[in-house]
Amino acid sequence: MRYSGFRVIAEALTGHKGWKPVWRDPAPQAEYDYIIIGGGGHGLATAYYLAKEFGQARIAVLEKGYLGGGNVGRNTTIIRSNYLLDGNEPFYEFSLKLWEGLEQDFNYNAMVSQRGIINLIHTDAQRDAATRRGNAMILNGADAELLSRDQVRAKYPWLNFDNSRFPIKGALMQRRGGTVRHDAVAWGYARGADMRGVDLIQNCEVTGMRIENGRIRGVETSRGFIGAKKVGVAVAGSSSKVMAHAGMRLPIESHVLQAFVSEGLKPLIDGVMTFGAGHFYVSQSDKGGLVFGGDIDGYNSYAQRGNLPVIEDVAEGGMALMPAIGRVRLLRTWGGIMDMSMDGSPIIDRTEIEGLYFNGGWCYGGFKATPASGWCFAHLLAKDAPHEKAKAYRFDRFLKGLMIDEKGQGATPNLH
Amino acid sequence: MNQSHRIPGGQIDRTKVLRFTLDGVPYWGHPGDTLASALLANGVRLMGRSFKYHRPRGPLSAGSEEPNALVELRSGGRQEPNTRATVAELLDGLEAKSQNRWPSLRFDALAINDRLNAFFAAGFYYKTFMWPKSFWEKLYEPIIRRAAGLGSVSRQEDPDGYDKGFLHCDLLVIGAGPAGLMAALTAGRAGARVIVADEDFAFGGRLNAESFAVAGGAGADWSAGVVAELATLPNVRLMARTTVLGAFDHGIYSAVERVSDHVAVPAVGKPRQVLWRIYSGRAILAGGATERPIAFENNDRPGIMLAGALRAYANRWGVAVGERVAVFVNNDDGLRTASDLQAKGVDVVAVIDSREGGELLPGIRHLRGAEVIDTSGRLGLKAITVRQSDGRTEEIRVDALGVSGGWNPNVNIHSHHRSRPVWDNTISAFVPGADGPPGLLVAGAAAGVMSTHGALRTGRDAALAALESLGRKAAAIDLPEAEDAPVRITPLWHVAHGKGRAWIDQQNDVTVKDIKLAQQENFTSVEHLKRYTTLGMATDQGKTGNVIGLAVMAELTGRTIPETGTTIYRPPYTPVAMGALAGRSRGREFKPYRLTPSHHWAAEQGAVFVEVGNWLRTQWVPRADETEWRQSVDREVLATRRSVGICDVTTLGKIDIQGTDAGAFLDRVYANTFSTLPVGKCRYGLMLREDGIVFDDGTTARMGEHEYVMTTTTANAVTVFRHLEFCRQCLWPDLDVQLISTTEAWAQFSVAGPNARRLLAKIVDQDISDAAFPYMGAGNVTVCGGLRARLFRISFSGELAFEIAVPTRYGDALLREMLARGAEFDPVVYGTEALGVMRIEKGHVAGGELNGQSTALNMGLGKMVSRKKDSIGMVLSQREGLTDPDGYRLVGVKPVDPLGKLTAGSHFLEIGAASVVANDGGWLTSKVYSPHIGSDIALGYLKAGDRKIGSRMRAVNLVGGTDTEIEIVSPHFFDPDGERLRG
Amino acid sequence: MIIHHPILGPRDAQEFVYLGDATLIDRPDGMNAGTEAFHDYAYNRDNPAGEHRELWYHEQGDRSWLVVTRNTVTHEITKVELARDVARAKGRSK
Repeated sequence: MRYSGFRVIAEALTGHKGWKPVWRDPAPQAEYDYIIIGGGGHGLATAYYLAKEFGQARIAVLEKGYLGGGNVGRNTTIIRSNYLLDGNEPFYEFSLKLWEGLEQDFNYNAMVSQRGIINLIHTDAQRDAATRRGNAMILNGADAELLSRDQVRAKYPWLNFDNSRFPIKGALMQRRGGTVRHDAVAWGYARGADMRGVDLIQNCEVTGMRIENGRIRGVETSRGFIGAKKVGVAVAGSSSKVMAHAGMRLPIESHVLQAFVSEGLKPLIDGVMTFGAGHFYVSQSDKGGLVFGGDIDGYNSYAQRGNLPVIEDVAEGGMALMPAIGRVRLLRTWGGIMDMSMDGSPIIDRTEIEGLYFNGGWCYGGFKATPASGWCFAHLLAKDAPHEKAKAYRFDRFLKGLMIDEKGQGATPNLH
Repeated sequence: MNQSHRIPGGQIDRTKVLRFTLDGVPYWGHPGDTLASALLANGVRLMGRSFKYHRPRGPLSAGSEEPNALVELRSGGRQEPNTRATVAELLDGLEAKSQNRWPSLRFDALAINDRLNAFFAAGFYYKTFMWPKSFWEKLYEPIIRRAAGLGSVSRQEDPDGYDKGFLHCDLLVIGAGPAGLMAALTAGRAGARVIVADEDFAFGGRLNAESFAVAGGAGADWSAGVVAELATLPNVRLMARTTVLGAFDHGIYSAVERVSDHVAVPAVGKPRQVLWRIYSGRAILAGGATERPIAFENNDRPGIMLAGALRAYANRWGVAVGERVAVFVNNDDGLRTASDLQAKGVDVVAVIDSREGGELLPGIRHLRGAEVIDTSGRLGLKAITVRQSDGRTEEIRVDALGVSGGWNPNVNIHSHHRSRPVWDNTISAFVPGADGPPGLLVAGAAAGVMSTHGALRTGRDAALAALESLGRKAAAIDLPEAEDAPVRITPLWHVAHGKGRAWIDQQNDVTVKDIKLAQQENFTSVEHLKRYTTLGMATDQGKTGNVIGLAVMAELTGRTIPETGTTIYRPPYTPVAMGALAGRSRGREFKPYRLTPSHHWAAEQGAVFVEVGNWLRTQWVPRADETEWRQSVDREVLATRRSVGICDVTTLGKIDIQGTDAGAFLDRVYANTFSTLPVGKCRYGLMLREDGIVFDDGTTARMGEHEYVMTTTTANAVTVFRHLEFCRQCLWPDLDVQLISTTEAWAQFSVAGPNARRLLAKIVDQDISDAAFPYMGAGNVTVCGGLRARLFRISFSGELAFEIAVPTRYGDALLREMLARGAEFDPVVYGTEALGVMRIEKGHVAGGELNGQSTALNMGLGKMVSRKKDSIGMVLSQREGLTDPDGYRLVGVKPVDPLGKLTAGSHFLEIGAASVVANDGGWLTSKVYSPHIGSDIALGYLKAGDRKIGSRMRAVNLVGGTDTEIEIVSPHFFDPDGERLRG
Repeated sequence: MIIHHPILGPRDAQEFVYLGDATLIDRPDGMNAGTEAFHDYAYNRDNPAGEHRELWYHEQGDRSWLVVTRNTVTHEITKVELARDVARAKGRSK
């Protein structure tokens, strides 16, 4: 069923009786060519592109809970390609380009909205770093601009310019950055995959992997054994747990990241903004809530909930930057589990087990990567060769000293 | 307006009058009123508009679960959006504005959305607005954004202060209704440290809203007596207006106390609100229950409210919401509303009971097996349509309708650790499940025990159990006499009759039809339901609507309610002001200032300061005739190189390292060797992370056989010390080595320039001739006739230079002494800018190069990594990716045209090469204007840069629009042979 | 969270800085072990959902490194030791 404005009007006039299920609920078959473990954004995108772009069939996505229940359903919805390093920037720019055509591609309005992102600058050293980054972005075909203090002030005159501990000196801006309605991304991919015959199997937890002579044969699940020629794992947050079924240890720790939304407000902030002197970033959703976040809590956790110090720290950053939000109320907090990798960058690679492929280590940058991650992982699965834009995301980069460490923090995941 | 709807009774002080306005219209009420109760007393039912359809709305509730009656309170910087009128305490002069309407509350243009509701079904926006592609951002979204949102932000700074505090207790009691008060009394009498927190301004919980007796008298009187006793106990802290927001790990709870929201302006020195972090031994959740409505067609009109709220307005506030009232119930509790209102003389025209066997109230028309199937009244309820058990329908004229669909225990805080509540069939509601936060017990209605007697009993018993588990004894208090009625309910979630919309989530306009559409489209998981329809995502967090929504979904899918499940409960329990969460950390108090010992001297000179982490350092010290910063910096550099300059370098990290294994320890934490350093000498040290990347650098001096002094960069002072402690305690626990950070203990100044020694000779008591104190010498000296000091002959500027340290409290005096005694040399005090110029002229790496991504090899210091010994980072620094012969190397950069401008962050491109990443040669890490060279100079990391010295390239700054031809040179621009510093 | 410091008693976790898995104590000897061993030590983690022994540093306190045994699913802390004692028990010395 194709969605359109005409269709919405037609259905409205006939009592919405014609809308069909967005996806089926198929029972698992005995065997597939491809099993994708994880029905979050990346897993669903992988299945979608495998079917649509790489012409593959007999694909299943296994999800232990509900579709889109991964971090795609629990993030601050930001898209951008303002990365610095060679291994990252081409990939994220590829992702941003896919976002730009996504809705027409999968016929679902995910509200991709390029209202711009600004990273505020508070010191000369930050300006130097932002200049380096902005130039790297442009060299990679992305857009970047350096804004002066006055330009920032013209855009957001009510920020703290006159009584600040760390003065705003300017900003790095990417106009093509913005936000996307996160759940709709999962649903759009799920619907598109389902329409192309992918079996989306919910409430199906992988409990083991069948590996014979170094080759994957299929997975044990809460709904029985399911055979597969190739298995792709896209379960960021639970990567270590799932890959332990294959006996693998990963360069990844699981950490909790909290995020926040305020009560609905009339328009206040147009684009996305990050504070450079504290842990705070913010945008405003189309519904009017301020969506914001900060640092991870900092300790290994699978609890999917955080503690008070980070909540306070984020609010402090918010108030330091925006003293007008003192009476705005925080409505809801939530905590998701992040795959914090050892250099802050992801992994999309084969494993030592034939037919088993891995996609993870997204730290807290996974949402914006969703389209490119799905595309590149599908490429890897279908062609058994890394996609050009994701070739740096190898497991062996740590062994070889080819880390992609944007923050320069080394092998300390909670600092990335 | 007069108080047309005020009736006798209630807990308001009628001797005082409080005047207030809504949308500029004046009204009055009394102390004890909320904004909602006072408006209702004035006959005002219409208080807000819904989010999507802009439906006219009045209060649904009398508490914090309110979805509808949201207003902007106060004005100017104190304007607060989305305040629930049902919990806003009335005060004299209060201004309230309705919100999310234009031009007025009564005539709202966007109410057109309600007419067009057929097009605005759940999730319609996912299916359209996609063509043409550019129209989403240019047209559709801007319109949607303008229409969306609720209240508005003034954009002015919030003038009120906020604070934070820490509290400790044996027992935290959350909620001061009968269960909470009984728990507090039990524990309080036993001598335990008790905190009782309640979100209301009056203790007593539902006892304030009910008419039944406790201990033979009014419930409110019993609670007042208990509160009076608790107030006499020094071990009990009573906290009204305090909402416990969340349960965190290990017995820690957050709570917000609204200290000043009930007054016009906080008293001088008082915060508006305080965020408390409460450390509890045990906690009891006695947060009561929240009534839920029943969904039926047009069930959202002003005048339709929860039955319990209707009688709360009558019993507690002396307000009859309507003159002709009906009640629609599926359970016995709702019948209390009919009897209470009747007793107060209100005309109760009908009880509509969906059950066949409900209790009959004398003197009231009782329709059994009946349902309300529709209502009318555009801006307020005028009539209801009732379908009787035999199928006949009847319109009944009423102006208020109380609805009771049963009560949901407030399990929220018990579920903050993701414990799933369990379904209890006897009360048709979720009750707390297993695996709640450790140490949290539940009592009263929050535990699903709905009678007053049950609340009192479980409150007492929970306190006894809590104290026992803490090893304390307590006496069981006799329970006062109270009603113990069973819960009699026959679930009815929504009325099946009627074609129109029946609201479930009133604020977000989620109706039964939306749930049906979600089910039709296979959004049947509760999480999908919530996310697709926005059920429960409004400011009321679904407190009244969520369970109905999932019950309807259960019905549609043929599953049970527990099979359908609940979404996750998360903090905060009710929305909390950002200001309270931030406390005092805002404005200039966002982070503390660290001031250098020379700060006050520099401030006297009118110095310009710069933030370096939390430090404020002198950036430059302008003279009166200097109008542009470069004039000052150039002068400071030239004066230093000509004669002598002084710079406060106290911010560098300083670590004393002592013990018989101190040298061996340094050999392991530095890439180069220190155990061979002679006593009385310094050495430059390079410290790696275990991954082989450069962590930090600095000089370390050997002050004695077993005594070293390390310096670190300013940025890494804390992390280097932490790392050294890790190495000492975790890796080599038996090394005899002790560490102490002395960064704050010593004021340290760099004294640099050809006259540095001559100046210092006037300060230092000992001989500091080149023979006595050679280059890289170090030692303990005294200054100014006996003050202990440390002297290091080290240079960051390339000049003959020393660093001299004295105890911090003498730093200011030392600087003034040096300037006074050395006046003949015309010494200059230079700031971080001149420091940067001179270090770049000399080719020393600093912040821009020590970026956490670079190796010793990148910096041209590869040979410093000794492979003859084990040290942190040595092994991994040898990996192939870090030893690439074509990798980045530190180079110097000069513009070919001396007037050419360089910008740090520019990238290297070959002449004629296109601006694409394949041609990217690296970047300029740091740039200054060198008065010595007479042009901009820079350092940079250039691929294979060591082989490109002497070649010409371009420094391209695409974000700045500059493209400068440059010459690649050695990074040592100034005195490459080091003759000056050895002078 | 509250960490029961073996010397100082119960302390808010905010006083501490977290590092990671306590296997970071097991640093190979750089003169004997090679890149593979150091790679495994520096980069790979068990990252269990459940009991986890981990390093915390009492930065706003006595500067002790502690090994805290904590459940990563419930955050329950069952044991706190001085890291120095743990290191010695693992045979580390000079």
